[in-house]
Amino acid sequence: MEATKKEHELIVSVSPHVKSEETTSRIMWTVSLALLPAFLSGVYFFGLKALFITALCVLSSVIFEALYLKVVNKKSVIGDGSGFLTGLLLGMNLPASLWSFSPFTAHVPIIASFVAVVITKQLFGGLGFNVFNPALIGRAFALISWPRAMTIWMAPTASFLTMDAKTTATPLGILKEAGMSELIKVFGDKVSLYEHLLTGNRAGSIGETSAIALLIGGLFLLYKKYITWHIPVSFLGTAALIAWVFGQKGALFAGDPLIHLFSGGMMLGALFMATDYVTSPSIRNAQLIFGAGCGALTMLIRLKGGFPEGVMFAILIMNCFAPILDRGFRSRVFGAVKTAKEIKK
Amino acid sequence: MGLATFKGGIHPPDKKILSANSPITDTKPPKIIVIPLSQHAGAPCKSVVSIGQEVKKGEMIGEPGGFVSAPVHSSVSGKVIAIAEFQNAMGRMVNSVVIENDFKEEWTALKDSPDYMNLPAAELKEKIKAAGIVGLGGAAFPTAVKLSPPKEKPIDVVIINGAECEPYLTADYRLMIEKPKEIIEGLKILMKVLGVSKGFVGIENNKPDAVRKMQEAAKGEAGIEVLALEVKYPQGAEKMLIRAVAGREVPPRGLPMDVGAVVQNVGTALSIFEAARFGKPLIERVVTVTGEGIKEPKNLMARVGTKISELIEQCGGFRDDVAKVVAGGPMMGFALSSLDVPVTKGTSGVLVLPEEGVMHAEDYGPCIRCGRCIDVCAMGLMPSMLSILSEKGMYEAAKEYNLFDCFECGSCAFVCPSKRPIVQLVRLAKSMVKP
Repeated sequence: MEATKKEHELIVSVSPHVKSEETTSRIMWTVSLALLPAFLSGVYFFGLKALFITALCVLSSVIFEALYLKVVNKKSVIGDGSGFLTGLLLGMNLPASLWSFSPFTAHVPIIASFVAVVITKQLFGGLGFNVFNPALIGRAFALISWPRAMTIWMAPTASFLTMDAKTTATPLGILKEAGMSELIKVFGDKVSLYEHLLTGNRAGSIGETSAIALLIGGLFLLYKKYITWHIPVSFLGTAALIAWVFGQKGALFAGDPLIHLFSGGMMLGALFMATDYVTSPSIRNAQLIFGAGCGALTMLIRLKGGFPEGVMFAILIMNCFAPILDRGFRSRVFGAVKTAKEIKK
Repeated sequence: MGLATFKGGIHPPDKKILSANSPITDTKPPKIIVIPLSQHAGAPCKSVVSIGQEVKKGEMIGEPGGFVSAPVHSSVSGKVIAIAEFQNAMGRMVNSVVIENDFKEEWTALKDSPDYMNLPAAELKEKIKAAGIVGLGGAAFPTAVKLSPPKEKPIDVVIINGAECEPYLTADYRLMIEKPKEIIEGLKILMKVLGVSKGFVGIENNKPDAVRKMQEAAKGEAGIEVLALEVKYPQGAEKMLIRAVAGREVPPRGLPMDVGAVVQNVGTALSIFEAARFGKPLIERVVTVTGEGIKEPKNLMARVGTKISELIEQCGGFRDDVAKVVAGGPMMGFALSSLDVPVTKGTSGVLVLPEEGVMHAEDYGPCIRCGRCIDVCAMGLMPSMLSILSEKGMYEAAKEYNLFDCFECGSCAFVCPSKRPIVQLVRLAKSMVKP
């Protein structure tokens, strides 16, 4: 009988016997795809240098991860795309001006990739076990180790092949050093300033400058349900609120939230960095606190700190709280007695 | 919008079209039947027959081994040829009675009761108990026990479960199409036994014709309401169904009777009617034989004790690339290691899956904490943490994460992008700590 012939080959495993088509690698590659508009915008404004820096980060991240796994004799995970994504995010968080040979700074992306992938991710146990966002630790390491090289910003240029571009200050840098009126003066008027911030025609890290490109990618991820609204909305909402209330020196409720939302790494951070699954809480309510914390710390650093920008440190600090937030916001078990407040409703 | 439902849940492809249009057909009488003495939740039966003894169809061959138990009956007339341990669908060895069919189809004397609705409640309950009726949805909990709630837990609503939320399965669907009147009669008997005036039938809205048929059958019946429910797995889980239909939440680790509800599957309702009306014991049930790996998917009326391999044969056999055969549905069924196991009262389906799409147990990755499992958990648990803690051997900690509230519906493992065997890890943890 045909049935018995096959019997010894039957697979026996625990239910469920059907699974969704979603896979970790598909998520990683889709997030990478969502970063494409912002990356292309970076290449458009910062030229070949931006392309080189990002490629260098992606290649080093993938190679370092493969080498490490070989050394410790673990199964290769290149296919899951998480090494690629870390490299891409790291590259997009660095200034294009790092591609420079006098002074020589092209080694910075390579070392930052090593710190991100090997130290921050693999030494903590690999995908799923890292406490901190690998790309942001890589960037933080670079900023602390090479503070000068990491804060030279090339002016956006229309010429793709430019290798010796002018340097300039970022909008947040001008805001910190010279104040709001000077910032508006540099860009002509307020409308022009918004325009530059939205399109990405301003100094900054490769992938952070175009708010529109980042929003397109972020909305795509929301539509695909790869991220939920909780972290981006609470992050941006809190930051906007603080910028409005305390953003203007000497007067309350007079700040300009839009300038803060569209400058620095705010969009890249809120949509792509803080939403990293591994280093953020998994419970939606906990994500609201996480996002609010990111937004508040970013604005604290921007308005009161020594750095002009605070997104990176804000997210890294909140990363520490992710596990404890999950624990504090455990969802209500079905049927559990409702609290007095809920019953009143 | 507006259909009753619960929070969480998933939408797996329902694949019911494979067998939905195949009317219930009788199976060829088997030559040999193997009837396990334990087919239900609770104490195993004690055999009341001996080797060589002639038995009639419907004759009791195993008596209940305790209060939570149900008798078993022969599904053929013939001779007992062995009483020994045989493998069941779960892979366990169970004491079973083997009967050789003499193909005479001689019934034991059954007690006909044309005016069954006028019998006292206690007598109706006794008939249900004597017929060996258990929940046919899969859990096989003895029905008479559910109908005997303690005094301090008054029941005020009976719900017939026609959700059939498991993908592929169509046994309940066919019953609702073919025997709606009988199912409603079963519900009326249940309401009478429990002294309840409110009865519901809950059906997932992907079966609109079943909803219509059942509504027609219930027309004019006082206190009975047929509800279409949102299509979402696990809509047919007792707790979710009660939430959707009656708006009540069974407390953690509690039972439906804690909120005054009794839930019975549509197949069970039919058996209850047949037991009350004709005195017929539960010796056969509808089994959906389906899946991409079977040649002709069918809904078969199969006798308890028939080997699953015989059902597969009657459905044209396997296609070429069969990888997995499951007793039950794809979300909660048991993968079979042998096809030489009998159909029991709880066997709702035989699902044959081809190689394509079947997961191999070793192909899973680490938890990336995406939170999808938390979003879909109908019980409001954190399956991600349960799986991680179980993997690390931290079973006591898993208990703190409400391990024992999990009823293993598998929604978490379905959505997991890392394909983690969450249900397996949960079962492991449950076996390692006391509730």
